[in-house]
Amino acid sequence: MTTDNVLIKVDNLCKSFGSVEVLKGVNAEIDKGDVMVVIGASGSGKSTFLRCLNLLEEPTSGSIFFEGTDITDPSVDINRHRQKMGMVFQQFNLFPHMTVLKNLTLGPTKLLKQSKQEAEKNAMALLERVGLADRAHAYPSQLSGGQKQRIAIVRALAMNPDVMLFDEPTSALDPEMVGEVLEVMKQLAKEGMTMVVVTHEMGFAREVGTDIVFVDEGVIVEQGSPKEFFENPKSPRLKEFLSKVL
Amino acid sequence: MPEFFESIGNSFVKTFITDDRWLQLLNGLLVTLEITVVAALIGIVLGFLIAIVRSTYDMQLQGRKCRKKSDYVLKAVNAFCNFYITVIRGTPVVIQLMIMYFIVFASSRNGIIAAFLSFGMNSAAYVAEIVRSGIMSIDKGQFEASRSLGFDYKSTMVHIIVPQAFKNILPALGNEFIVLVKETSVAGYVALQDLTYVGNLIRSRTYEAFFPLITVALIYLVIVLILSFLLKKLERRLRSSDH
Repeated sequence: MTTDNVLIKVDNLCKSFGSVEVLKGVNAEIDKGDVMVVIGASGSGKSTFLRCLNLLEEPTSGSIFFEGTDITDPSVDINRHRQKMGMVFQQFNLFPHMTVLKNLTLGPTKLLKQSKQEAEKNAMALLERVGLADRAHAYPSQLSGGQKQRIAIVRALAMNPDVMLFDEPTSALDPEMVGEVLEVMKQLAKEGMTMVVVTHEMGFAREVGTDIVFVDEGVIVEQGSPKEFFENPKSPRLKEFLSKVL
Repeated sequence: MPEFFESIGNSFVKTFITDDRWLQLLNGLLVTLEITVVAALIGIVLGFLIAIVRSTYDMQLQGRKCRKKSDYVLKAVNAFCNFYITVIRGTPVVIQLMIMYFIVFASSRNGIIAAFLSFGMNSAAYVAEIVRSGIMSIDKGQFEASRSLGFDYKSTMVHIIVPQAFKNILPALGNEFIVLVKETSVAGYVALQDLTYVGNLIRSRTYEAFFPLITVALIYLVIVLILSFLLKKLERRLRSSDH
């Protein structure tokens, strides 16, 4: 581990699907404790960028350094690094054939070799935190969207990650459930969790983000602190985007 | 009228009692069940293996270039599996059985082993396609969620994908085994005395067609009914997580 504060460093990241270039050389640095919020129009490449960070999408070229290791190197055991990178999906992706408690303990028991009791104790503490301890023995199909997403967040947290990646975590939710999920994410940020969040929630970006990134046509067009970013956008494309969404 | 009942009684006695023919039928039933059970086991194991190869290829390599040595191995094994499924599904099982008996086992002429293998290998081809369709029916998000937690491909299959797929394919899999029970009725071609063979033998010895053939048909029907009942029970148990 290097002594500096950089947790993830992205170096000239390119990704093509067939002949379509989605990312055209993205550079970024995420420090420990940062909350990087990635915004952009749909199809801009922001989700692809996020999914490249834990190699769910394999980059076409470029490097991603996580805790000092280039994880795009084929000789690196990506599964070990993924344990340290929690991910939350738009569609929740809870395991429907397992109870909530089993969803939370599967990773810790199988991958972190925690005992069943230990994993369950941690899981219950996490469920308590998001107010869902009473749903521990329910199956995902019995939960509301907001509950599912809160479970998905604590499932990732149960692995004790160093960074949490959020891929439009509130986009599939009914409007009245967005708040409860954002509340959990705000809490996490307050506790100092490093986060990368792809979202359309500008309120969240402004309030919680430490570093806002605007992605358009596969490159980072503008980047800055929330205040600067929202109050004084420089590029015409960002101005246009903000005028549409705010 | 009494003559009518008398002739029925006679037929019944000839079919079941004379020469302990009921015992022959029972032995035939046991042979049928033995072939079915062993073939089903071979079918499940081999079918799952083929399905895993085929769906791994579909998910990881299809439309992409091979980069590692293991990619080339996977590609070759997948091509072989495709060939296997094509040949098995494209030819009648009775021909496969005879090839196994008269060519592969030409020196030993071991009928029962030939039947185990050819019905098992035949069933495997169908099971493989059923299992593959089940695996491919699982949402890609399940796969990604598991990988993002840090599970490797194999553990993801074992803990997340296959259990869900199994639940989805149970009706189709059950159907395959019901078909298998009845397909074993051609085992007589390789000198095995299965239920159908015994029934037909009794028919030719007694010159009575009605009792032997209807009895054999009813026994198959009962086997299938029992199998359907067990499958329905299993299905209900596995469905406990979807409320």
